Amino acid sequence: MTSLSAVERLDIYRWMYRTRRFDEVMVSMFKQGRGLGTCFSARGHEAVSIGAGWGLQPEDFAAPMHRNVGMFMLRGLPPDQLYSNYLGRANGTTRGRDANLHGNGDLSHNLIGFISHIPQSLPVALGTAMSFRYRRQPQAALTVCGDGGSTAGVFHETLNMAVLYMAPLVVVLENNQYAYSTPVAEHTAVSELHLKARAYDMPSQVVDGNDVLEVFEAVSAALARARAGEGPSLVEARTMRMLGHAIHDGAEYVPGELLAHWEARDPVVRFRRWLQDNDGVGPDVLQELERTETDLIDQAFAAAEASPFPDPDTVEAGVYAD
Amino acid sequence: MPTDSRAGNNRRITYLEALAEALDQEMARDPDVLVLGEDIGGEFGGAFKATKGLWQKYGEDRVINTPMAELGFTGMATGMALAGLRPVIEMQFADFISTAFDAIVQYAASTHYIWQGAVPWTIRAPADGGTSSGPFHSQNPEAWFAHVPGLKVICPGTPADVKGLLTSAIRDNNPVIFFESKTLYRSLRGPVPPGEHLVPIGKARQARPGADLTIITYGAMLQSALAAAEELAGEDIEAAVLDLRTVKPLDTDQILESVKATGKALIVHAANRMMGCGAEVAALIAEECFEYLDAPVRRLGGLDTPVPFSPPLEQAYRPDADRIAAAARDLDAW
Repeated sequence: MTSLSAVERLDIYRWMYRTRRFDEVMVSMFKQGRGLGTCFSARGHEAVSIGAGWGLQPEDFAAPMHRNVGMFMLRGLPPDQLYSNYLGRANGTTRGRDANLHGNGDLSHNLIGFISHIPQSLPVALGTAMSFRYRRQPQAALTVCGDGGSTAGVFHETLNMAVLYMAPLVVVLENNQYAYSTPVAEHTAVSELHLKARAYDMPSQVVDGNDVLEVFEAVSAALARARAGEGPSLVEARTMRMLGHAIHDGAEYVPGELLAHWEARDPVVRFRRWLQDNDGVGPDVLQELERTETDLIDQAFAAAEASPFPDPDTVEAGVYAD
Repeated sequence: MPTDSRAGNNRRITYLEALAEALDQEMARDPDVLVLGEDIGGEFGGAFKATKGLWQKYGEDRVINTPMAELGFTGMATGMALAGLRPVIEMQFADFISTAFDAIVQYAASTHYIWQGAVPWTIRAPADGGTSSGPFHSQNPEAWFAHVPGLKVICPGTPADVKGLLTSAIRDNNPVIFFESKTLYRSLRGPVPPGEHLVPIGKARQARPGADLTIITYGAMLQSALAAAEELAGEDIEAAVLDLRTVKPLDTDQILESVKATGKALIVHAANRMMGCGAEVAALIAEECFEYLDAPVRRLGGLDTPVPFSPPLEQAYRPDADRIAAAARDLDAW
């Protein structure tokens, strides 16, 4: 059923729960007015971020996006540093230069930052994949793009070149049903988004984006093919954006029955139940894990809130590399 | 063939040959340097043959032919650069660079400021007109990019500077846009050191001394300004010519030093004058050395129209040596 051990599966749950708690605390703090700027909830996206990120090796490149906080943490960015970035503090990844998860790149973790023009990460991730090809290194690059991003011209340019050059690239198409307020059916002419890859002879498949093991198996197989020189792939992970586009957005345009459908498939709750049913993990183990993660996240937010803002004298620092 | 850069100073090659030589020497020197762009692969060697022979010499891994997808392949170069390579992108015509605007202006230019990700690519952009090539093969879009923090913008006007500045651009750890004058590709020859030759980015050069006024220019207009200055010398008007060479970062020290010495400034570029780089230079002079000025700052540039195709229209559009000389005479008499 899965190539993972029971220990690894429990660890996956730990990271999913951490991702969920990070998001819940973030949303709560922003609603209390303790945030800064805006934030984009990852609720419902935990299985995509952790399932896809779990297959990455440290030497691979990853270019996640604004609802992939789990993948940013998996790649090595600690939660207090991420919260500091949300709060514009000097010790955030971007030292106060960009907000929330934007710009959280760190080359020491082979992690590529994104900009608000989300699909622009696609060719950049392709370029990191091309660096592996050029250097004959058996590694892969993974990027995430949304259903909305898949309508941009650069998405198609990237897929075409990735196949043309047989680049070791994996594109995770995170189909969360809405591009801001526009549902998929109103922004894309094909109903199966992954079929866009087939126009370029790129292998593609659909997975249940709320099933972390299914996401992991598909993405890790795609990464393995890429590392073996067998070219790029696309994995469409179907999930649901459970809250609005950003914190200000009540998402009244989303039908209640659609949310209820996905709420019943909550990826964190579902995998918790799976571990109990299949791996025999007891409630005490899960509760202890959840307490530990809750404390870790609470401490991370407190640490970020206590961190200093950047010194305005540094405003011009770093525009250019030496 | 001398390899010492001083010994080769009497060798004269074209602007395009100087460019090709810089590319070849940097590829030979550093295996992380590679080139990519439309029609540069195989025997063909690119629309202007700047990369001819590189594919045979360095192979298809280092000379990457791209589809007609400037946005995609510029973004791809950014990823390569973040991973430590030094891609040199050939934008087939500078006019097509607008297609890659997001990848340049939004992504590559901001990355180091935001998360300290260095993007050491160079875009070679064959720019410039005067050759009846029409609105979309004649543009000088340097001002678009000079407005963007995080980019460096170079506009060389001599074969030696093409080689020296392209070499510096490739070794620079930032995104650099290198606007070549395709008008000068085969029409301009000059002395170029055959060996390693570096010209620092951001340093202007006094191309001609003169006490009566300063003509501040760059790119193809350097040659027109020098021709005008020669003509003016016969009329006892000594015009200094300052070649900016780099428009971002701007060599403010040399601009101010020259204008303080002459008291009069004429700024010339082939790009349209409205909101062009000359406006920034004029503002700098007004702010920093107003009390040294004996006349208003003057600017010459293209008209505020698309670059027209038909020769009489394009001649009406574009500054030339006669117009520079006429403007300099007016300024001298002011």
